[in-house]
Amino acid sequence: MVAAKKNLPISRRTFIAGTAGAGAVMGLGVLLPGCTREEAATEMAASGPATAFAPTVWFELAPDGRVHINIAKAEMGQHVGTALARILADELGADWNTVSITYVDSDPKWGYMVTGGSWSVSTTFEQFSRAGAAGRTVLVDAGAALLGVDAADCTAADGAVSGGGRSVPFAEIVAAGGLDRAFSDEELAALPIKAPSDRDLIGKPVTSLDVAAKSRGTAVYGLDVELPGMVYAHPLVPPTRYGSRIRSVDDSAAKDIPGYRQTLALTDPSELFQGWAVVVADSFPAAMRAAEAVVVDWEAGPTASVSEADLLAEGQALVDARDTGVLVVDDGDVAGARAGAAKVHTATYRTSTALHFTLEPQNALVEFRDGKCHVHAGNQWQSLILPALAKALEMPESDIVLHQYYLGGGFGRRLFGDQMIPAALAARELGKPVKLVFSRPADSRFDCVRSATVARLDASFDAAGKLTGVEHAAAAGWPTLAMAPGFLADGVDGNGKFDTFSISGADHWYTLPTHRVRAINNTLAQETFLPGWLRAVGPGWIGWSVESFNDEVAGILGEDPVAFRLARLDGAGKNAGGPPKAVGGAKRLAAVLEDVAERSNWGRELPANEGMGVAVSHGQERGMPTWTACVAHVAVDPASKKITVKKIWQTIDCGTVVDPNGAMAQAEGATLWGLSLALHEGTAFENGQVRDTNLDTYTPLRMLDVPELDLKFMESTEFPTGLGEPPLIAVPPAIGNAVYAATGKRVRDLPIRL
Amino acid sequence: MIEFTLNGRTVTSESPSDTPLLWVIRDELKLKGTKFGCGIAQCGACSIHVDGEVARSCVLPLGGVEGRSVTTIEGLETPAGKALQSAWEKLQVPQCGYCQSGQLMAAADLLSRNPKPSDEQIAEHMNGNLCRCMAYARIHKAIRAVADGEV
Repeated sequence: MVAAKKNLPISRRTFIAGTAGAGAVMGLGVLLPGCTREEAATEMAASGPATAFAPTVWFELAPDGRVHINIAKAEMGQHVGTALARILADELGADWNTVSITYVDSDPKWGYMVTGGSWSVSTTFEQFSRAGAAGRTVLVDAGAALLGVDAADCTAADGAVSGGGRSVPFAEIVAAGGLDRAFSDEELAALPIKAPSDRDLIGKPVTSLDVAAKSRGTAVYGLDVELPGMVYAHPLVPPTRYGSRIRSVDDSAAKDIPGYRQTLALTDPSELFQGWAVVVADSFPAAMRAAEAVVVDWEAGPTASVSEADLLAEGQALVDARDTGVLVVDDGDVAGARAGAAKVHTATYRTSTALHFTLEPQNALVEFRDGKCHVHAGNQWQSLILPALAKALEMPESDIVLHQYYLGGGFGRRLFGDQMIPAALAARELGKPVKLVFSRPADSRFDCVRSATVARLDASFDAAGKLTGVEHAAAAGWPTLAMAPGFLADGVDGNGKFDTFSISGADHWYTLPTHRVRAINNTLAQETFLPGWLRAVGPGWIGWSVESFNDEVAGILGEDPVAFRLARLDGAGKNAGGPPKAVGGAKRLAAVLEDVAERSNWGRELPANEGMGVAVSHGQERGMPTWTACVAHVAVDPASKKITVKKIWQTIDCGTVVDPNGAMAQAEGATLWGLSLALHEGTAFENGQVRDTNLDTYTPLRMLDVPELDLKFMESTEFPTGLGEPPLIAVPPAIGNAVYAATGKRVRDLPIRL
Repeated sequence: MIEFTLNGRTVTSESPSDTPLLWVIRDELKLKGTKFGCGIAQCGACSIHVDGEVARSCVLPLGGVEGRSVTTIEGLETPAGKALQSAWEKLQVPQCGYCQSGQLMAAADLLSRNPKPSDEQIAEHMNGNLCRCMAYARIHKAIRAVADGEV
């Protein structure tokens, strides 16, 4: 750990803290037009000496008492910087009004950089608590000395150390100097962390630091960044993701378009981009117009005729074959249960290809300067794209710098910053900064979509009608195989590797007599497109099959859907859970289910053509479960078959809620995402590409279809788990089960169509 | 050369008259608060006011605003507009925030013509503005709060 920084010039971060006060500042290049971020920083740094206290890389306490916290996560709507800063500031004993944050670049000192999986609060909680505790420890010791009292009699709160009836502000302690204590990792781990009852900021209401800028049009997104001398580029997306080749380019029709410069065919040594070209112009509208005028003759790759039906048929064949895939769960004698079954109930659940459709289209501004490649774009997984860029550019990762901005939506799309690669290739070839922007259809065709999926479930019943086993097989394109194969997991029998992000949710918390799960890669999907991680990832579609099928089984057993679930959420065996993140196990899932059933008045009489459905989810399954239970109330018009969701209740237990407003906002958004994927979203592959590329035919939920929402968090001081995705998961099956209750018709495909 | 008023200031552009106004505002006149989403007037992220009425700048040609008065989020200074921005902050409406300039311009347009809209009228009017984070409940609540004089 770094000890104290003494007599350093004011850093860019300190300057921001000193001028902007409590708030987030992003995109210096735009704040100072004509300056790059580094030039702006240099400009600002010429302001004289200061002494700052920085016991870890995560924050800095300036001599004026301002606390500057470094956020290595992407801000894409979850107010993550605010939540993380609250954790550190609480433990430090800071005055929140002195806190500001910066979303940092890709310097290796920040460690592994990824924002996804609803991990941020959960995986940063301890690290930021310890960083704050380290600062507090030093400040209390130094403050006690200044006060002339024993450190054991002092406390830190509201930006001051108090003891013996007097107090000294942090600013005075820092200004007095001499704060040079270093902490080893072992010492950090041993630091005392506040008891939940002693917290001042965690769990208390706060206005997120990004809200004001986002309400005034001043928040800076990747698309908003400019550099002097840059040109604009629009991509020409080839007919297939892989294996396309440009035979010829005819730009004669583009030459009359004012501002058109040239069309550049790209060669990507990493071969991620095959058959790509970009149209270069002085303005983006000129680049868009020219992109329509340029005629490219492509030799298409081998998947040019693949359709959604082909992908689903491949998935169906894979789940129907009993020896495919990798074993993920193998509890008990499933085969014996199957062999001895008096009845087997089989159902196949499918989901259509779904788009991320981040409202800010993919874009990147790249500049090569002083031997380094500077990339300006919002990104979720710097540690994934850096090596990919290094491979494509054939230059070391250490010479590539990613500059972060607000993300105009992430949802998993920006986990892979692959749009940076064509921008960088073009910038290097042209010898000037290139701002590559995807217009909407190009963005959709380039999306790493959520794969079409097929899941088959078989339930065995003995002669007495008792459930004896469940088999589950799920086939999809695997994002982790395509983009991060090092993260594949091993099959439970030691055979093969699987993508946890394409099966997570299947190793659920219900106690079953026997249970087997197979994860299967849909190779046709894998060859046709780049499968992506979409918000809620595996559980986002696995939950659809598991929780719809549970209702089918409950129906066969003649049990009420809530009672069926509660009976099997008994916390037995592996479902007992345990520390740190799954204390209470299945019992906590039962608790949220009981709560939502009571609040929704489950089981009440409803008018004709209306129904209620229930489902539960457990977030990212076993490693970081977030416990949610959902009830949906729907009405189905018997003539038009239109499904109207009247109300959705959810009860959510994510342990400690750090930022109550941000948490509720995530729950609201994720719940409506679940509704949108259940009823409003879905596309299809046609001729090797997605069919729906813009909002004229791809139709996410809008305000008129928003139901009444009644969302509740359980009070808890347990370890915080994730929240951005889990409240999505149970919504589609709750709606599907409600449709069944209203109509008697079991729906098994997403989006639901009657 | 085309001349128009932008947030009360006279501005000019040398761009072809069929250039979508969005890019003139963003890239020539450097007001980045107005956003690019779909390019076909379906998402509303590019919403601005022309002579006080909401318009989609991604499909509005530059020539169409010659001599007219254009207002963007940076110049939203009507009492209703300011109240809406306060409500947006108070209720913490934005998530990623990318659509919110357009949402605010659309909401200000609604309240300028109908200061006391019903819940249904709010949803009807705002249905053209996509929020990909689906912060719809709060957008609705914030407009309601302004209409009810709570902000």
